[in-house]
Amino acid sequence: MGKRTIIPFGPQHPVLPEPIHLDLVVEDEKVVDVVPSIGFVHRGLEKLVEKKEFTDFVYVAERICGICSFIHGQTYCQGIEEIMGLAVPPRAKYLRTIWGELSRIHSHLLWAGLMADAFGFEALFMHCWRVREQVLDVIEATTGGRVIFGSCKVGGVRRDVTPEQLDWMLKKLAEVEKEMRLLVDVFLNDDSVKHRLCGVGVLSRADAQLLGAAGPTLRGSGVADDMRLLKYAAFGDLDFQPIAKPDGDSYSRCAVRCEELFQSVDLIRQAVAKIPAGEIAVKVVGAPNGEFFSRTEQPRGELVNYIKADGSKNLVRFRARMPTFANLPALIKMLAGCELADVPVLVLTIDPCISCMER
Amino acid sequence: MIETQTMIPVAPETLVAAVQKMRDEGHRLVQIGVTRLGEELELNYSFDRERRFVNLRFRLPMAGARVPSISGVYWAAFAYENEIHDLFGIQVDGNVLDFQGTFYQTAVKHPFIQGAAPAPAPVPPAQP
Repeated sequence: MGKRTIIPFGPQHPVLPEPIHLDLVVEDEKVVDVVPSIGFVHRGLEKLVEKKEFTDFVYVAERICGICSFIHGQTYCQGIEEIMGLAVPPRAKYLRTIWGELSRIHSHLLWAGLMADAFGFEALFMHCWRVREQVLDVIEATTGGRVIFGSCKVGGVRRDVTPEQLDWMLKKLAEVEKEMRLLVDVFLNDDSVKHRLCGVGVLSRADAQLLGAAGPTLRGSGVADDMRLLKYAAFGDLDFQPIAKPDGDSYSRCAVRCEELFQSVDLIRQAVAKIPAGEIAVKVVGAPNGEFFSRTEQPRGELVNYIKADGSKNLVRFRARMPTFANLPALIKMLAGCELADVPVLVLTIDPCISCMER
Repeated sequence: MIETQTMIPVAPETLVAAVQKMRDEGHRLVQIGVTRLGEELELNYSFDRERRFVNLRFRLPMAGARVPSISGVYWAAFAYENEIHDLFGIQVDGNVLDFQGTFYQTAVKHPFIQGAAPAPAPVPPAQP
């Protein structure tokens, strides 16, 4: 047995845009144990429900994260709507689905760029983010925002999209899809990339389930679980089956995200083809009284918003359980036994969003 | 209605056994959450199996709140248990990975059980 040494990883590290710290216990070059530390930038946003009215809190919910901001707002609104028994117009549900899937595409492309950066493929990193910009252009043209959309509200959505905009969106997505195929070909077929990912950081199906993993981390271990199967928003009207890969290694998690890029494009095409005409919001009267665990599928996995209300304008409790928090134990499991050089790549295979976790 | 959610009341003494049953039935641990209700805390232990949501629930007095750890059943619970300790001051007995209050770096200890902070007194203008 070699001498054990503790190597600090983070909170500032080139592959980490946000702070998380890992104490890596290593023997020679092998990681034998990991102790995580979080909470460096915990913001306590959940406590703001005591001061913000429930209709205004959607702005706070959206600002939990800058990558999946729309789905945060949507999850919150869905929770309130369930408690109040609001019938959201079908058109609003379709628009939420379209914007949610656009969020997933730009989030996965952002992750792909960071991943390429982590294994030292700078040109690939730049191309991923160049393509992502085009998705942000579509989001900006239809919502007015590139990061914080501000388009979801309790009872529906704030703005409609014209048929011309939807046509233009599909044309842009067709161009983006072509470019994504070139990128994904590198991620899935390039020898140097496969060398860094295949067989690295294996998380078995049983471990993924027992450790409460979520999203592509769970599906990369062969579990075809996805909250979109709950059929929230317009998913009940769309042809959708989760993408899962059985091997549980870094390559599987990467492959799930790569295939989900095209699945999201397909879901948007389906939604655009089926979107009904009509109102985009219902009037909200009164205040919520009750509780609900609102669940959606963020790009990183299952997002849970617990909302408890007592009939007043301020909620009793808002609690957000983030997929990155759920994937933390799985990350520890993956890291134990890996080579020190694989740590940055493995950390990125869960697509950590510390901003979400430090809500 | 997006989904039906089952709420099951349990007593703190029977929590670990109830959680073990959940594991034996193949449930995934979704989250552990706490809600402050006046001088009481309501704890929710949420599980999922094939997108069927089940929640175990009980209440405790806020002063001296103490619960047994379920990390012996679901190892991943250690993160949630450190969280409820650091944010709500709940003592968790037997957590397999106890950070002793250092999991979250918060400016205020146990922020979610603090009352509203009094507004700071206005500073009188300096006399010329």
